[in-house]
Amino acid sequence: MEHVVRFRGAICLLGRFPALAGVDLDVSAGEIVLLQGPNGAGKTTVLRACAGLVPVVDGEAEVLGVDLRHDHRAVRGMVGLLGHASGLYEDLTVADNVRFWARAARARRADADAAMARLGLDGRLADVPVARLSAGQRRRTSLAVLVARRPRLWLLDEPHAALDRDGRDLVDGLMRDAVAAGATVLFASHELDRAIDVAHRTVVLAGGTSQDTADRRDEDPLAAPVPDGEVPVA
Amino acid sequence: MPEQSSGVAVAFADARLVAAKDLRVEWRSRVVLSQLVPFAILVLVLFGFALDPDRTVLERATPGLFWLAVLFSTVLALQRAFSVESADGVTDALRLSGLDPAGIFLGKAAGIAVQLLLLQVVLLAGVSLFYGATPHGPVLMVSTCLAATVGLASVGSIYGVLSAGLRVRDSLLPLLLLPILAPVLIAATQAFTAAYERTSGEGWRWFALLGVFACLYLAIGIFAFDQLLEES
Repeated sequence: MEHVVRFRGAICLLGRFPALAGVDLDVSAGEIVLLQGPNGAGKTTVLRACAGLVPVVDGEAEVLGVDLRHDHRAVRGMVGLLGHASGLYEDLTVADNVRFWARAARARRADADAAMARLGLDGRLADVPVARLSAGQRRRTSLAVLVARRPRLWLLDEPHAALDRDGRDLVDGLMRDAVAAGATVLFASHELDRAIDVAHRTVVLAGGTSQDTADRRDEDPLAAPVPDGEVPVA
Repeated sequence: MPEQSSGVAVAFADARLVAAKDLRVEWRSRVVLSQLVPFAILVLVLFGFALDPDRTVLERATPGLFWLAVLFSTVLALQRAFSVESADGVTDALRLSGLDPAGIFLGKAAGIAVQLLLLQVVLLAGVSLFYGATPHGPVLMVSTCLAATVGLASVGSIYGVLSAGLRVRDSLLPLLLLPILAPVLIAATQAFTAAYERTSGEGWRWFALLGVFACLYLAIGIFAFDQLLEES
């Protein structure tokens, strides 16, 4: 199967600190992969490296056919990153923000409006400035931007954070829909009960290195989730 | 060649998108209206208080005082324009947006330029009202305002993005900016002086200097903004 993400011994530095110290990671097209690990394990750095925001200084790193060692910026237009920050303009309304970022990604206004509707932002909330939104509503707006941009690779850092139960269900549905539409999802989460259910596979990061679990897609869907981190990657 | 022209078209489309967004941010927040314009008028009034005992000096100094007020207001406008780009992950979102960096630069500069031009209209009315200065040579004055504004907005966008990611940006930006903008202050003041004194021939030479300055920094911004955005 075609690799969307392929890291071999990838090393990333934040200042002089090796935030990734030789990560091996394979993500195939159409997969939903959960990055798991304690705080400081390197989950956010992996996602940012995949987005071309953190340079890979050693090893091999390829995302969507782009060699990140050669040109880490070339991949940016093809990925969507939901980080800890909202990436929204506080003074603009929800609709202003979603339409601006959608148009920046060459998406149509109809795509932006459909994304707002999908995230439940098409009513009264559409005209509310982001500065007046709750944390959960901001998260929904950031997700609407991501949906409107239709990236080929979704990179989600704690996507369930700040959302209520309906919102979390919605995020899980968005990930499944994205994959059904041909995209690939790599996400980090501490909400393991929920995240393991939606993920096809789990990659465990610890101290800037990685381990991988087996693919769950061939399993009985009613079976208990696979425990994390047993099968080391070569 | 068609590829090159489509690249230019994309850059201009992105510039229009970014400028419209910046003007919408201003329309929604009203910062220029509620803070920048009052600040600029206050500067004019304070200059007036300082020089009022000698009305002749005040009249002769009108061009310089006008452009000093514009310069101080420019610093505030730039701090505002780039603080919205560095808040809550917006810088990363811009990098990932797919927008042409040259388009982002042109759009930021255009948004700032529109706000500065509106401010200059208010300030021209202010110097007429407070200092009793009657403008002459409208073509030279308008041309000077346009060229100086392009220069201010271009330099400001370059240094604005450079300092945007820094914690000390509020104090660093004026330190970086004011020395670089000294030629604009000098040339625009001289061109305005010529307009007020009805010696337009002299003024057009200063206008030409403003034009060169504006073109130089526009070109630098278009070609360097990609790297500047990366480093910010």
